[in-house]
Amino acid sequence: MVNQESLVAWIEALQEVYAENKEYLTQLDSAIGDADHGINLDRGFTAVRRKLSETKCEDMSAVLKTASMTLISSVGGASGPLYGTFFLRASAVCANKTELAEADIVAMVEAGLEGILHRGKARPNDKTMVDALTPAVNAMKQALAAGSGVKEILEKGVEAAEQGMTDTIPMLAKKGRASYLGERSIGHQDPGATSSYLMLKTAANLWN
Amino acid sequence: MKKLINKTENLVKESLAGVAAAHADLVKVHYDPNFVVRIDAPVRGKVAIISGGGSGHEPMHGGFVGRGMLDAACPGDVFTSPTPDQMEAATKAVDGGAGVLHIVKNYTGDILNFEMAAELCQAAGIEVAAVVIDDDVAVKDSLYTAGRRGVGTTVLAEKICGAAAERGDNLAKVVDVCRKVNANGRTMGMALTSCTVPAAGRPTFEISDTEMEIGIGIHGEPGRERMALKPAKEIVEMMANVILSDLPFKSGDQVIVMVNGMGATPLMELYLVYNELNKICQAKGITIVRQLVGNYITSLDMAGCSITLLKVDEELLTLWDAPVHTPALRWGV
Ligand SMILES: Nc1ncnc2c1ncn2[C@@H]1O[C@H](COP(=O)(O)OP(=O)(O)O)[C@@H](O)[C@H]1O
Ligand SMILES: [Mg+2]
Repeated sequence: MVNQESLVAWIEALQEVYAENKEYLTQLDSAIGDADHGINLDRGFTAVRRKLSETKCEDMSAVLKTASMTLISSVGGASGPLYGTFFLRASAVCANKTELAEADIVAMVEAGLEGILHRGKARPNDKTMVDALTPAVNAMKQALAAGSGVKEILEKGVEAAEQGMTDTIPMLAKKGRASYLGERSIGHQDPGATSSYLMLKTAANLWN
Repeated sequence: MKKLINKTENLVKESLAGVAAAHADLVKVHYDPNFVVRIDAPVRGKVAIISGGGSGHEPMHGGFVGRGMLDAACPGDVFTSPTPDQMEAATKAVDGGAGVLHIVKNYTGDILNFEMAAELCQAAGIEVAAVVIDDDVAVKDSLYTAGRRGVGTTVLAEKICGAAAERGDNLAKVVDVCRKVNANGRTMGMALTSCTVPAAGRPTFEISDTEMEIGIGIHGEPGRERMALKPAKEIVEMMANVILSDLPFKSGDQVIVMVNGMGATPLMELYLVYNELNKICQAKGITIVRQLVGNYITSLDMAGCSITLLKVDEELLTLWDAPVHTPALRWGV
């Protein structure tokens, strides 16, 4: 069962995951960006965790909205507004709910992805986080339609996100800083696709 | 990594405190959210101009706050765009009732964060316009990509638009002037070394003593191409050719030139670069009417330079010559 406590646990775990992967994500970003993606997310989720510990959130939606606002005002870069929008759209899906059923979880990730597409205007194969999240949402929808439970839906999503993430390696970047490198962006894994994969994986490890 | 730092997390703040202490006659610094603001802001009835971007490019943008240039600058973390709450607070602090122009460099992060800020300000009833600077000829332009980066022309746009606002132009006119500068400015950069983002602790890319990166931006991103180091004359020729053929600049044109250091290149070398560039312009019948040689838009401790050419007419030149009084640019006062 996924409830408010599960959401908070997920966000707290994300802080730990991004702290552990700060170097790795920054390393990926130094190959095709500006060497800050891990630093940005570590700063952002540390701020979110602090904020959540100080704030009394009345419901699930408020938890995600607080996360969104804190990310927007602490991350900066491209990923700040993008992940901020992801959590804002996800929070709308949780409005008036005390528990998330299978369909709600899929709807939440899908709404988040739509928010990222709306804000960043990237398309599949542009070599961005969209390339991890799009196949993940598709796989989750399929699993949902097949009657899978939360755990399995998330595992299918993670599997697809991981594939999507490694599929960014041969891509030529068309959005974000990596696009300035032209052909030289080929052969490197996108940092944002990697952090999106980690986000889903962290949920899959916790929720069932 | 060897840097003059106390604690990496405090670097931006402690540096801002230094700016506030050193230039208390020109600017104030606001913290949480961070922005540098003109001492006499808001100036009633004047269009206000704001810019912002990651830290690590000093003196841009904070060093350009003051009379005749920016009303406020929003510094993000090192190489990371500032956040919407900074731009929102800065916009509110400088709005003198005539509207606010956001000068935004073309990076996805800067665009998205400024967009969110503009939405917040407009909701609060402040008239906000944004002009995006995208002058980097090293990047191929295309409708399907993020487009060209905003680099050196930003400095010239901030100076010229600041003068337009100071003489009383309305928001629409200042926007026009800014677009005109962007349309006529072109830049190209090159690096001899990488730079070290303090929080990362090591150079962003490896490069040997015999190589250089051509077509770099201002965030330690690798450039378009890596090649063997050449004499400065050949490097400047290569850069100038790309810039000149892009606009294109033609015989009879008048230009403002900026030869800019990336942070770790001695002025002696920048003047040598200027000399090579001057010879090229002379040979092509292009007249350099004004020039800046020095460190204006840097990339931490990177060695290298960028060259900016801005084609000017009487209007732009008059605005360029108007008085400016900021920590990093000062004349006519
Ligand atoms: N327009 C966009 N749409 C979706 N994702 C994007 C877009 N631009 C960049 N990204 C993602 O953002 C990541 C970089 O984030 P980060 O390094 O934090 O910001 P910045 O690029 O401003 O330094 C990229 O790896 C990419 O996945
Ligand atoms: Mg980055």
